[in-house]
Amino acid sequence: MILFWVAVLAISILLYVLLDGFDLGVGILFGTTRDEERRSAMLSAVAPVWDGNETWLIVTGVVLWGAFPPVYATLLSAFYLPLLLMLAGLILRGVAFEYRHRAEHARWIWDIAFAGGSLVAAFVQGLTVGALVEGLPIVNGRYAGGDFGWLSPFAVLCGLGLCLGYALLGACWLVKKCEGKTRDAAYRLIPRLAIGLLVFLVVVFVYALAAHLEVMGRWLQRPYLVVFPLVGAIAMARLAHGLLWRRDGVPFAMAALTFAAAFGTLAISFWPYMIPFSITIDEAAAPHASLAFMFWGEGLFVFPLMLIYAAINYRVFRGKVRPDAGHY
Amino acid sequence: MEWTPLILSRIQFAFTISFHIIFPSFTIGLAAWLTVLEALHLVTGRPAYRTVFEFWLKIFGVAFGLGVVSGVVMAFEFGTNWSELSRMSGPIQGPLLSYETFTAFFLEASFFGILLFGRPRVPPWFYLFSTAMVALGTTFSAFWIMVNNSWMQVPVGYAMVKGQFVPTDWAAILFSPVVWVRFPHMLLASYLTGASCVAATGAWYLLRGKYHAEARIMLRMGLFLAAVLVPAQLFFGHLVGDYVHDKQPAKFAAIEGRWHDEQPASEVLIALPDEAEQTNHFAISIPVLGSLIGSMSFTAKEVGLTDFAPQDRPPVAIPFFAFRIMVGCGILMLFLAWYGSYLRVKERLEETRWMLWAIFLGFPLPWIAILTGWFTAEVGRQPWTVYGVLRTADAVTPFLTVREATISLVVFGTLYSFIFAFGILYIYRLLRMGPSGRLIEPPVDAVPNRPMSVVDHRAPSTAPAGERA
Repeated sequence: MILFWVAVLAISILLYVLLDGFDLGVGILFGTTRDEERRSAMLSAVAPVWDGNETWLIVTGVVLWGAFPPVYATLLSAFYLPLLLMLAGLILRGVAFEYRHRAEHARWIWDIAFAGGSLVAAFVQGLTVGALVEGLPIVNGRYAGGDFGWLSPFAVLCGLGLCLGYALLGACWLVKKCEGKTRDAAYRLIPRLAIGLLVFLVVVFVYALAAHLEVMGRWLQRPYLVVFPLVGAIAMARLAHGLLWRRDGVPFAMAALTFAAAFGTLAISFWPYMIPFSITIDEAAAPHASLAFMFWGEGLFVFPLMLIYAAINYRVFRGKVRPDAGHY
Repeated sequence: MEWTPLILSRIQFAFTISFHIIFPSFTIGLAAWLTVLEALHLVTGRPAYRTVFEFWLKIFGVAFGLGVVSGVVMAFEFGTNWSELSRMSGPIQGPLLSYETFTAFFLEASFFGILLFGRPRVPPWFYLFSTAMVALGTTFSAFWIMVNNSWMQVPVGYAMVKGQFVPTDWAAILFSPVVWVRFPHMLLASYLTGASCVAATGAWYLLRGKYHAEARIMLRMGLFLAAVLVPAQLFFGHLVGDYVHDKQPAKFAAIEGRWHDEQPASEVLIALPDEAEQTNHFAISIPVLGSLIGSMSFTAKEVGLTDFAPQDRPPVAIPFFAFRIMVGCGILMLFLAWYGSYLRVKERLEETRWMLWAIFLGFPLPWIAILTGWFTAEVGRQPWTVYGVLRTADAVTPFLTVREATISLVVFGTLYSFIFAFGILYIYRLLRMGPSGRLIEPPVDAVPNRPMSVVDHRAPSTAPAGERA
């Protein structure tokens, strides 16, 4: 039962990172151009799916609370200010979709809200992962780091890294969904973003070595972990290949695979901890009565239906977006 | 008052959830009314029902969207500001609220999409079925919320194990008698919100001399529905009062403004409660009525607040006044619904312009009643978060600082004012534009989980070309 909910949680987080990752990335890239035609194409490429993507964040939140209450309580209260920023960013970029084309004089406000909100949300997500990898100060199962205990050069670095990563996912999505100059611009961006991401990974690795992060010890203990970075490397190579041959569908699939590999690396190196390295999965799990109650309804029936629904949604929306579908 | 993280967190929670409740309370009622309209359209075949349906469906879309946006914050706020509560009660509240989320998403994902875009693609009976499913979904959502809150009001079916509330009897939690008086009370409140908004919009169009056919349908259905629902609501309100009387005597005493035990007890109609002096000023009371309302007896003893230690008493002023405002709104609604229906039956309503004005201006009454009713329930539960077991002061995140709590309160306050001012303006514009007679044409690229997108595809004549370039 515990494993089932760990799996649901892992699937929800991974889906969130992949799906909202690309639409946050498109939001970040939105801020890099002033060309209205490209901006319009970018919005069209994510408009029909973005809020479906965000639902996985909320699913993650409530599953965490129901199935692993101490983790929910500890992490959310520890990341008080970052989460506030993230929520504000997500709300602003969400309503920007609805209000932008309705505004006549104030469109710039919603442009800033869309790009800025996306950037802030992405940065905060990277920051929290970084702070988790580094290890939060936790005493007696309670966070003990103060207002800014999550703030460190490493966490900030990870925040910037995730912005790059999401932007890469976003660029690959634009290649997949758009045509003409939007796609060409995205093609030009991908190599730069990919190289930036590689540089980031090297820096993180060196930092982790230099700072003797506990995660590094796990990688040495568990050499089979190397499978994940290997998959990531192969995916990056295929991405470059797809880029050279201009195969529009390949970069996104490969970028997503790279992300999945990175997610797998992190998840397995944390195992069996949920908050590394202070609270394990078994310590965090809710009593059996709670897990079973959730399993026989939402776990067994609703969750699979949601997965199927998401798949259908993307199938309906497959292919290139039409340029005149600009404002949905 | 000293600004502590506790009081700041309470204000923030009250603010964000009050903002949130505005939208679901409206959409729950609206979904039920849409189902009735669609059924009437199917049976009678009158096109006006269809026009009214399409019109209110657009409003539903926007309100639903705003409800979702403001609901996201709620999913996180328990953990950020109330970490001790979420740690301790997570095994019970977590599953309940996760069911709420899953139900809501499932509803949004499936049948709501058919409602928005499926009219040309599914048979009429299935369209009606989808409408009913959406109504059922919003109702389920409300159910989980009410189970969760009722458990906090009267905790049942649990055992304390290692500092956690561990569920021992889910049936007791789900079928607690408290749930089954408070859930109908909330449901009826939502239906009344829908009914009164619909009737008010009808009255507004008649006052402006527009959309006669549609306005008459709205006014008639809204008024008749309210005429039936308000008495039912008063009855369930009384049952809710009974549970408070039995299970939460301190809250009951605060609502009644009763400081000392009385036998038989009088009923304070209105007064100015003074917590320092533990007495009421300028009180107007009716003898014996207090015992009659509390215990259905002419002689029963009713407990006063001074029976409870000062640290176990709720604040008095907020529950006392909020309760009276709620009841006042209920009585006004009763008058509007009954007298309005009477005039309608006598065919004199449309000439009685002051009554049309009263119905139009009365649209906020159910919302005021809902908010003040919740204030009564939640402030009256203090100083407890889980009644009698976990104090609010022990539920708050222990290491939360004044700085953090102030920042988040200011950010939410600003953000919500900004976002929702636009949203409400937008609903107002839709209402003002009225049912144009044009039916919704499904946008080619639209998908179900973007309710607001429907609204953008309005009649070309009403959308300035420059806006859509």
